Amino acid sequence: MAKPLLATAAFTGCFGCHMSLLDIDDRILKLVELVEFDKSPINDIKTFSRPVDVGLLEGGISNDENVEQLRLFRENCKILISVGQCAITGGVPAMRNTVPLKECFEEAYLRGPSVVDGVLPNDPDIPILLDKVYPCHEVVKIDYFLPGCPPSADTLWAALTALLTGKDMGLPYELIKYD
Amino acid sequence: MATVPANGKRKIVINPVTRVEGHGKVTIHMDENNHVDQARFHIIEFRGFERFIQGRMYWEAPVVVQRLCGICPVSHHLCGAKATDVIVGADKLTPTAEKMRRLMHYGQTYQSHALHFYHLASPDLLFGFGAPVEKRNVIGVIGEYPEVATKAVLMRKFGQEIIKATSGKKVHGTGAIPGGINKNLSIEERDVLRKDAGKMLEWAVEGLELCKSVVKGNLDFLLAFGSFDSNHVSIVREDGCMDLYDGVLRAKDFEGNIIFDQVKPADYLDYIVEEVRPWSYMKFPHIKSLGKEKGWYRVGPMPRVNCCDFIDTPVAEKERAELMSVTGGKPINSTMAYHWARMIELVHSAEKIIELLDDPDLQGTDLVTSGEKRTRGVAWIEAPRGTLIHHYELNPETDQIVLANLIVSTTHNNEPMNRAVRVVAEQHLEGQAEITEGLLNHIEVGIRAYDPCLSCATHALGQMRLQVQLVGADGTILDEQFRG
Repeated sequence: MAKPLLATAAFTGCFGCHMSLLDIDDRILKLVELVEFDKSPINDIKTFSRPVDVGLLEGGISNDENVEQLRLFRENCKILISVGQCAITGGVPAMRNTVPLKECFEEAYLRGPSVVDGVLPNDPDIPILLDKVYPCHEVVKIDYFLPGCPPSADTLWAALTALLTGKDMGLPYELIKYD
Repeated sequence: MATVPANGKRKIVINPVTRVEGHGKVTIHMDENNHVDQARFHIIEFRGFERFIQGRMYWEAPVVVQRLCGICPVSHHLCGAKATDVIVGADKLTPTAEKMRRLMHYGQTYQSHALHFYHLASPDLLFGFGAPVEKRNVIGVIGEYPEVATKAVLMRKFGQEIIKATSGKKVHGTGAIPGGINKNLSIEERDVLRKDAGKMLEWAVEGLELCKSVVKGNLDFLLAFGSFDSNHVSIVREDGCMDLYDGVLRAKDFEGNIIFDQVKPADYLDYIVEEVRPWSYMKFPHIKSLGKEKGWYRVGPMPRVNCCDFIDTPVAEKERAELMSVTGGKPINSTMAYHWARMIELVHSAEKIIELLDDPDLQGTDLVTSGEKRTRGVAWIEAPRGTLIHHYELNPETDQIVLANLIVSTTHNNEPMNRAVRVVAEQHLEGQAEITEGLLNHIEVGIRAYDPCLSCATHALGQMRLQVQLVGADGTILDEQFRG
């Protein structure tokens, strides 16, 4: 039987959840026995070309490209998991939700103390920003949520191996942390 | 990626750039004669830390701002803490605090450099820039070079264990606080780390030899690949020694002439300013006295080796001398030399970790110090990817932050990465009738050499430009925005 396929995405986050996945350390050698990686920032597969079993989502949704990519993940993955605080609540990037957008970009591009000849970026080649950072489940249906900033390597390992071997994903209390 | 023909002109897009941290996109416009007309590396993410950190308590900065980046959170954590040291008047930390932070930092540099070389860049170096996509990744390395891959995984693990022992967690720990540190290193923790440290130095040297054999095996090609002359900037110790944790800022031109030296963090605005260009959310820093045309520069491992006079650990110093001999003692200006220099720093970090673990000050109990409070704190550190600057100002009545400015490592390398894209495009895409995936990977190889961390570099927030609708999972319109 072919190995199940795993895809990963990093939206508006810090890549820390991907780092935590790599923190499974030598268990990664076992992981590649269990799954085959499809589209992910850690390889060069940039588009979906076949149905994928599991999609891991890191980061919240802050621009039109995030929205488009998240929808592609929903269309192409049987199971989607929101991994970490940003995917689940918007996380630290969502701290900007309390500040009008205009103020944020004027601070960065016009008023910043090291800025000379400030201008507001507006080229068609950079994505359009949403007014707020959204959790993934406000845009598409999400099947599972793994909290933590980031979720520990043990949490990710326990959840993934349970899912990939058809076992119940009941995680013990020690693996559910919110920091 | 896509190729869009129109009137004989072509626009080539690489989106997303992969095996780098965060989101970037490349656009290359080719004219009718198949020449590179315009080549750009766009940073397409947004955060807004400068604004939303305002109103937070200053002591929250080291914990909140590290969430910019999950690959090098320690750099932001420590740089933020160093800025708050200035604010609480802690001009000299206790030996235990300073050395615990240094240990955390060298652990971070060790894991980050190992991650970059083995997990992200080595597939290009081991399999070739145009190797098949399905092979060109860390899983491919595990399959073909299991011994190298296994060591890589354990090396990164070692760095992460140091971070955990000094800050409490592998990603986003909380060890550094204004004026010091909140724990020392227990004898048990020390012994666990010291048991493996010698092996980690050995493996780092093996990794450096592997990198050197690849580079030397194809020296002329790799030295020329995506290369161009530039200025170089890095922190050095006051006596010119390499120092990744603290020191003064030095800038050299492409031939090694000093542009400035002995600059202190508080004065950074007299030396470095940033330009904004409308097609990227990442700013373009340059040396103020030279202006934007001539003042741009590189930061990171290669400029650090170029800027320092010597390294204070024996193996890395010998290796520094060998790298510098490639260009007769003058700065090396080759994009791919970043890999070589990075591996020298991997060795240096292992040597420093051993030195620190043997130091009984790590078991000291005097952890925090303070002095007369200030309202402005500026600090810098050499993060794995280059010089990182944090600047905070606060309201003395409430202790709330009123101004924050961050110039992160990858931002300094904005212009160089754009140059690298252009040079590689001119070297490898010009005149090609068909632009294959393998050729496009050459462009990404040029960018990857700088080990960009694009999440770090996107703390700034962009303008929303057009109408956009966010439709929810159930089809309802959640959000609708118009050009502001």
